[in-house]
Amino acid sequence: MAVTVKIPTQLRAATGGEAEIEASGSTVGEVLDAVFAAHGDLRERITQDGDLRRFVNVYVSGEDIRFQDGLETKIGEGDEVTILPAVAGG
Amino acid sequence: MAIESLKCKECAAVYELDARFACENCFGPLEVAYDHSSLDAAEAKRRIQAGSQGIWRYADFLPFVGRPGDPLEPGLTPLLRADRLAERLGLEAELWIKNDAANPTHSFKDRVVAVAVAKARELGFETVACASTGNLANAVAAHAAAAGLESYVFVPANLEEQKLLATGVYGTNLVGVRGNYDDVNRLCTQLAETRPWAFVNVNLRPYYAEGSKTLAYETAEQLGWELPDRVVCPIASGSLFTKLGRGFQEWIDLGLVEGSQPVFNGAQPQGCSPVATAFAEGWDVCKPQKPQTIAKSLAIGDPADGPYAVEQARRTGGAIDSVTDDEIKDGIRLLAETTGIFTETAGGVTIGVLAKLAERNDIAPGERVVVYITGEGLKTLDATRDRFQMHEIDPDLDSFESEFEQQEAVV
Repeated sequence: MAVTVKIPTQLRAATGGEAEIEASGSTVGEVLDAVFAAHGDLRERITQDGDLRRFVNVYVSGEDIRFQDGLETKIGEGDEVTILPAVAGG
Repeated sequence: MAIESLKCKECAAVYELDARFACENCFGPLEVAYDHSSLDAAEAKRRIQAGSQGIWRYADFLPFVGRPGDPLEPGLTPLLRADRLAERLGLEAELWIKNDAANPTHSFKDRVVAVAVAKARELGFETVACASTGNLANAVAAHAAAAGLESYVFVPANLEEQKLLATGVYGTNLVGVRGNYDDVNRLCTQLAETRPWAFVNVNLRPYYAEGSKTLAYETAEQLGWELPDRVVCPIASGSLFTKLGRGFQEWIDLGLVEGSQPVFNGAQPQGCSPVATAFAEGWDVCKPQKPQTIAKSLAIGDPADGPYAVEQARRTGGAIDSVTDDEIKDGIRLLAETTGIFTETAGGVTIGVLAKLAERNDIAPGERVVVYITGEGLKTLDATRDRFQMHEIDPDLDSFESEFEQQEAVV
């Protein structure tokens, strides 16, 4: 399933300036792997030992994946995956 | 000039001093780095004592190129001995309350916002904004009004009415978001990418957070340039908690005070306790929660500085505890009855945890303990409803006498 992945400004140097990337997969993890295949630099920036770094938040259509199944969260038709820094607020 | 760069707390990558908050390499939080190598401790103390009657007296330790200014300067709030509270809790400690409700908009948020708004002006912004659980909204709206800047304030739409009214009055663009604080925060993080605004707690967060250090400086100065043995402090995002530690550490390192870090005790409401849970479970990340608590100013389910707050409590031999809604209401009442200070729900959380520490005998006789009261009771009036009864009488002596007949009239 193809979905849109929104890239925050902090990561756009690694995507050639692109703010949105189309990628396919049935889970968040698969979608991110597809993004990493196209933009290798991103993998190290947002993951560590196969997991998301501790200050990286990922949302599927506005809902934090940690309230769902993490990287195993299923992707549905029309979903949007958003990556954001977790260090805002408070 | 002491201010040097922005530095990632995770990987130490260095950035220019502009409006940015997350590391491009690892997404870690950025923090302001200073070069204090030419600072003389005695001279710095003299400058502080000759300074303004508020936080700008600590300008040497704040993130500005020039001298900061602000028409609504917060700080130098009362540090009060609380012997009656200590007695009620069975403590033989030297107990102090730092009443930071005594700021221009009645919470500690005036400190961080004054710093962020002054920095926004230094960087050339014309509009300031924030994601808030209420107190920050009050402060941003007020300081923007005082500085003549436009402002946008984003809050959960279901906030306490007092906090909405005390924000709207300043003429801000008040935006109630149908969602919780973490939804508001996500929206603001996205907006910060496209709007040319200074979001005080998003793209200006590294500067904003530095404002909390002034609470540590003031505490030390008010204690006669000495450190407390222990602090008790509420935790929402964990920023205040960790910056208190940074403030004490800077002054220890620079020789303005002697000794070591106090023991850090954190306080969270049970209905939103991701940091207390991480501490109890031994995790180094906080699992986010959906807040369900009357302490709305602490209702951050995904705390940005949570991991650092946990580390700080562990490193200093402290703890992070949580209390129920009833314990929060009891805490508000206990503080009011013993000190005359009326605090909001966050203060009830802090006093509730202090009571827990007393019960557990965590506080030794003679310890010098400073408890941080960060907000004003008039902003969360619902938490005190139904906790006492008013005597309603007719305007005559008989009516009074019969209402109070069990009590003997004093002749």
